[in-house]
Amino acid sequence: MSPRKIVLRFGPEISDKPIIYRLVKDYDLVMNILKANVNPQKEGIMVLELSGDNYEQGLNYLREQGVTVQALTHEVVRNEQRCTMCGACTAICPTGALHLRRPEMEVVFDGDSCVVCQLCVKACPVRAMEVKL
Amino acid sequence: MSEKTYQEINARIKSGKAVVVTAEEFIDIVREKGLTRASQEVDVVTTGTFAPMCSSGAFLNFGHPAPRIKMYRVWLNNVPAYTGIAAVDAYIGATELPEDDPLNSNHPGEFRYGGGHVIEDLVAGRPVRLKAIGYGTDCYPRREIETTITIHDINEAILFNPRNAYQNYNCAVNLSNRTIYTYMGILKPNLGNAHYSTSGQLSPLLKDPHFKTIGIGTRIFLGGGIGYVAWHGTQHFPAIQTDPDSGRELGPAGGTLAVIGDLKQMSPRWLMGTSYLGYGATLSVGIGVPIPILNEEIARYAAASDAELYAPIVDYGEAYPNQKPGNLGYVSYAQLKSGKIVVQGKEVPTAPLSSYPRAREIAGILKKWIQNGEFYLAEPVQLLPSPADGLTGKVLKG
Repeated sequence: MSPRKIVLRFGPEISDKPIIYRLVKDYDLVMNILKANVNPQKEGIMVLELSGDNYEQGLNYLREQGVTVQALTHEVVRNEQRCTMCGACTAICPTGALHLRRPEMEVVFDGDSCVVCQLCVKACPVRAMEVKL
Repeated sequence: MSEKTYQEINARIKSGKAVVVTAEEFIDIVREKGLTRASQEVDVVTTGTFAPMCSSGAFLNFGHPAPRIKMYRVWLNNVPAYTGIAAVDAYIGATELPEDDPLNSNHPGEFRYGGGHVIEDLVAGRPVRLKAIGYGTDCYPRREIETTITIHDINEAILFNPRNAYQNYNCAVNLSNRTIYTYMGILKPNLGNAHYSTSGQLSPLLKDPHFKTIGIGTRIFLGGGIGYVAWHGTQHFPAIQTDPDSGRELGPAGGTLAVIGDLKQMSPRWLMGTSYLGYGATLSVGIGVPIPILNEEIARYAAASDAELYAPIVDYGEAYPNQKPGNLGYVSYAQLKSGKIVVQGKEVPTAPLSSYPRAREIAGILKKWIQNGEFYLAEPVQLLPSPADGLTGKVLKG
């Protein structure tokens, strides 16, 4: 089976548990961590390439632990015409992909840091952030 | 102290000799040359703000069909407009929603389309579906009409916003333990973020705290075109904030403007339909006000920088919705713009809802208009109430 890209979201209550360790050890899965932003007592996000015979069991384990699992098949893009650079997305974006360049106060969108959580899509007041399949 | 008049400044604009700078530039000029020289050399300081302003809307006159109709109910792209005025007049308000909108029934609602979006569609020249019903009279017999209009097809489209350009605004935080969805955006629990919504040192009314120059008839940049200050805005309660402990002045707050202008000469870049998750639809409005530097006192106010202008920090989790007075302290716009502030000992990331780059662009456009002699200053017929008038808000009993 070829590796699949998935997004994992951890609530603050489980972000300090050794979940990934158990995923490797107990389910013998091969993983490549593409992005990770996990801090104690905070919401965590991880993007993984994952493969192995126990793939589905591994995902079930993650879900049992309270991790939200989502396939990474989408991409978030910014409609440059529509974005007013207000900044309303910047404290909402969990990875800093959307951030302000200072002192200009211009909103920068760094697609490489985006984990497609899509919070900005709903937070953007002028609907400038769009999901592309 | 040397004084200038509106007439003198306009004469210099006419001869192409007026010195016009943006509020950002003026701050640097004052730092460099001192207040006295700066106030003598500079004629006009331009300001700007671009942010959601809910108390906005447009009066429309559709013209009469044949046979005539006295419109009793009107919908524009399915959004109701108020038509309790003459036969084919209506007012489309920025926060009006379609009657079949799910609102917050599946919280937080998306509010993807509302009156503000209708106004954006109109100003962009896009076709808008008009539906109206009448009850039939001898002079206005028609009972219904469904047609498509554009802004070019109708008699008048007049933007009239009863409350815009708030002088200052709360820095919103959330002390509760759940995410809340407000007109100040999404506020994460336990002081997860802090949102603010003015352009600080570029913001029009922060630069004229005592309303020495802004009044009825002041010509302004409105929605990409030319507009006018019509009156003071609703809830216009201007005051100078002070530190409760030291009594130090923390800049103004509370003033608002009612503005008016011909929607037909405005632009969708500066009037944008806007949606706040879980809150509603509204309109983002671009406004720029020119401040004539008539004397040194006006110059001093216009030179106030982000470090001298403050916003009160307010809890939207509990205090604000329940109308509890007080705040969690004051924070300067310089601190807000740095990206983090400290509230109750905790470092909190900040984000603006008001576009600073667009505010700067407006101040730049207005500067260019004046430099090119396309825009003259209008001396107000009457100045707006100032902090000295002591206006304060009332609480609705019930």
